[in-house]
Amino acid sequence: MDINTLRSFAVVLVAVAFVVVCWWAFSPKRKRQFEEAAQLPFADEPADEQKTEQNETNEQKETEGDNLQSADHKRGQG
Amino acid sequence: MSDALATQQPAYNYKVVRQFAIMTIVWGIVGMAVGVLLAAQLMWPELNDIFQPFSHFGRLRPLHTNAVIFAFGGCALFASSYYIVQRTCQVKLFGGFLIPFTFWGWQIIILAAAITLPLGMTSAKEYAELEWPIDIAITLVWVAYGVVFFGTLVTRKTSHIYVANWFFGAFILTVALLHVVNSMAVPVSMFKSYSAYAGAMDAMIQWWYGHNAVGFFLTAGFLGMMYYFVPKQAGRPVYSYQLSIVHFWALVAIYIWAGPHHLHYSALPDWAQSLGMVMSLVLLAPSWGGMINGIMTLSGAWDKLRTDPTLRFLVVSLSFYGMSTFEGPMMSIKTVNALSHNTDWTIGHVHSGALGWVAMISIGALYHLIPVLFNRAQMWSVKLVNIHFWLSTIGTVLYIASMWVNGIMQGLMWRAFNADGTLTYSFAESVEASYPGYFVRFLGGFIFLVGMLIMAYNTYKTVAEEKPAEEDSTAADAQPA
Repeated sequence: MDINTLRSFAVVLVAVAFVVVCWWAFSPKRKRQFEEAAQLPFADEPADEQKTEQNETNEQKETEGDNLQSADHKRGQG
Repeated sequence: MSDALATQQPAYNYKVVRQFAIMTIVWGIVGMAVGVLLAAQLMWPELNDIFQPFSHFGRLRPLHTNAVIFAFGGCALFASSYYIVQRTCQVKLFGGFLIPFTFWGWQIIILAAAITLPLGMTSAKEYAELEWPIDIAITLVWVAYGVVFFGTLVTRKTSHIYVANWFFGAFILTVALLHVVNSMAVPVSMFKSYSAYAGAMDAMIQWWYGHNAVGFFLTAGFLGMMYYFVPKQAGRPVYSYQLSIVHFWALVAIYIWAGPHHLHYSALPDWAQSLGMVMSLVLLAPSWGGMINGIMTLSGAWDKLRTDPTLRFLVVSLSFYGMSTFEGPMMSIKTVNALSHNTDWTIGHVHSGALGWVAMISIGALYHLIPVLFNRAQMWSVKLVNIHFWLSTIGTVLYIASMWVNGIMQGLMWRAFNADGTLTYSFAESVEASYPGYFVRFLGGFIFLVGMLIMAYNTYKTVAEEKPAEEDSTAADAQPA
């Protein structure tokens, strides 16, 4: 086989890899797991301050503790 | 989710993040001030003679690029990656003495660059000008950075690795590879070396490095920043986490091939040029996928843009990102490149990415970070943040618009022929025609720099004073666009 046939085959491989990544990411089986992963930036805030889509209104009001982590969001702007 | 973890927060290592965050502002001002001086030198060439030969454009230009990319951008990446990896892995930084080593090592390397480049010591490879002893030092610091970052990932308390860390990880690994391969050289003395490669091969390796410095240093790393700070500042999770996974793999798989578009119509084999062009065009898809993912994170929360200048920085940076990642593939088309190559259009394109995307997302991230790092509720003055936002935006727009006009004009003048086949314009005529654009560019850069100085003042006040400036005023509450 000509080496260039092998090289051309690389294009097909990459295309297949792309389809596989899309299938893996968008398969309904993993939807929940990724939704949880998307919450990771908010996961290490104290529980009462967790900001999710559910409590959109007035979410900037936070209680400020002594630890650095709680002064996470800028307040007093809304 | 993970309530158990949330209640027992680990004591994060914020010291190194604070150090890098402050130095980001310092090096940003230094690097951009040199940039403004260079812009002024093009307008008023006498300025080359301030302190010859050290103040010559040719010596200061690499100082500017190294300072803004590796000092300003680098410190911003260190600060944000160290912060994000701790927060999303819910664990303290790994690595012990290696952590301060990365900070002090990186600062010493920056100082070494600031000394050697004006002295004329250079390996003459764009964005990799530093001579071999400094290259070795960079490698050591970078390996330490990798150990700290990946060590922290390994010791994480969460089961999933958040997408921002994937981008940071790809950035650290790829930059290590690029730096080591491209910097291979034969030293002939302490401060002089010659590239290990020759001819077109050397050029190809240089631009494989050069374009992936853009793709992985200035894009993947800052996308990591985007995937954390945009959701955080908007108070809602990223628009589509699935899209971010496809975004990641598509971006890292394609960027690495785009380098040859820097070498159109050169001695590089034609097929390699075409490959670079096609891969650059394909790159539009993942770039815009990521941009849309970032901007759509705000859907349903657009009103926050009216009151939150930090969020404005982040969102406008994404708009500039979208713009320059459309412009880039377009300029990589060989026929377009025949017009744009070696003109100011290229400089405008770079700064649309560098000022509009890289600098503005870093500034937005810092305005989010500084109050957290120094235990404040908000920046000392939100009003000044807003002023900074407008200065940055106006400065960037002036800069890129003037370079578009200049670049297209230069390209058209250079290729204009008379009926008898002679050139219509001499080169000097195109330089003379560029002066108005050079002045507007100087103005835009200067305005951007003023914004950085305001940021430095605001940061100093935030760190030094407990109370914000506008505690009782309502001005900070509503700042209509």
